[in-house]
Amino acid sequence: MTSPAAIAIGCSAGGVDALMTLLGGLDAGLQQPVLVCCHRSDAMDILGDVLGRNSVLPVIEAVERQPVQPGVVHLAPAGYHLLVESDLNFALSVDPRVNYSRPSIDVLFCSAAEVWRQALIGVILTGANADGAAGLLRIRQLGGVAIVQSPADAEATAMPQAALDLAGADYCLPLSDIAPVLNQLCHEYSHSQDPGRR
Amino acid sequence: MDASELDCIEMDLFVQALQKRHGHDFTQYAPASLKRRVHLLADQLECRSITGLTERMLHEPALLPRVLEGLTVPMSDMFRDPDMFRALREQVFPLLASYPHINIWQAGCAHGQEVYSLAILLEEAGLYERTQIFATDLSDRALQRASEGIYPAQEAQQWSRNYQAAGGRRSLADYCSAGYKLLKLNQRLRRNVTFAVHNLATDGVFCEAHVILCRNVLIYFSNTLQNRALSLFRDSLVRAGFLCLGARENIDRSPVARAFVPFSEPQRIYRLASHLDDIAE
Repeated sequence: MTSPAAIAIGCSAGGVDALMTLLGGLDAGLQQPVLVCCHRSDAMDILGDVLGRNSVLPVIEAVERQPVQPGVVHLAPAGYHLLVESDLNFALSVDPRVNYSRPSIDVLFCSAAEVWRQALIGVILTGANADGAAGLLRIRQLGGVAIVQSPADAEATAMPQAALDLAGADYCLPLSDIAPVLNQLCHEYSHSQDPGRR
Repeated sequence: MDASELDCIEMDLFVQALQKRHGHDFTQYAPASLKRRVHLLADQLECRSITGLTERMLHEPALLPRVLEGLTVPMSDMFRDPDMFRALREQVFPLLASYPHINIWQAGCAHGQEVYSLAILLEEAGLYERTQIFATDLSDRALQRASEGIYPAQEAQQWSRNYQAAGGRRSLADYCSAGYKLLKLNQRLRRNVTFAVHNLATDGVFCEAHVILCRNVLIYFSNTLQNRALSLFRDSLVRAGFLCLGARENIDRSPVARAFVPFSEPQRIYRLASHLDDIAE
């Protein structure tokens, strides 16, 4: 596998608990940027604060035209699609909802896949609709890695099941195993890139 | 070469062809969203690839309005971001009231939801009779729809909530007639609105405005084009005129942004700095 340069995570509203678990389990020294798209109502502006309390990495809302930062969790703002440009700056859009959702996981995943290609890890967690499946397929088509929470382990099965059905996965894991696998994939990278550094 | 690299070539050719064939310049649009829209348009027009869309766009001139509409995807709601409209009503309108005549430019008016929102607020503030609204967009079809003021009725509830949150004094129903699936805005609201084609990428100053609203339009522009549009706004505004942007727009990358000072920061309302002479380009 190619060294991962970024992690993109998608879930729907029921996924806040899952996100807290996952973000809480990441290594504090993670060098990859983490991009999160979580469905919620346009009015729910506090998600960043909620997630920030449990996350070892800083959690901020993505700002358009600002760069993707290593070791930072960037959250798609409520009511906007989040995209990444090839110069690694964020872009926002108010284009129509995709899969009834804005932000849409498909929109984030597809644009991130174009940018990082085989160096992107896509993660689909619990969720109640099929958003993210097409995006995860795009990630895999361009050589990236797909991780899907086992539907049996998910609070809502529809989203992980739809992702497995359409895209398949390199890893299908219970939630508690996802952060350790992400840490491992990213850790191997930092050492394979620079074996002399400890 | 994989599908994604091929895609980039096809995108470049499409944008070039559109410019050479029809004179419409999308070269300075932010690529990620533009690409998404072009793909969507190709799907909707049942083209097998972007190149298929390019071919049709080159050879079927009648398709152009549809293409422009697809590339600009006009999306808005009435009173979207109600706090901004409330700030307009409570903080900006009292300052406008001293002018005998008020010009407002809605740049990138799309399907006109915000034009009607604005007209309603002005009406309720007793300012509409002396206001001229210039509603512009680069898409003829968007302007056509904006002037009709007909929207899906399913939006009515949300818009009504927005209207109340924006400090509306009546009921939104007073301003429209609703059918089973559609609602139509009272056409009297249009009496002081001029709809006109204007392209922020290529056209110049055409009016002296007291307020410019341009919300969620610049987010689709590159830094260069954003800066151009902001220059145009600076040159179009009266001294201490107001500029209203979308809630999540970031203009820090544009040198011209220094010409604007925050007036109501959380609502993204700016005011033209009064000492323009001190501000370098």
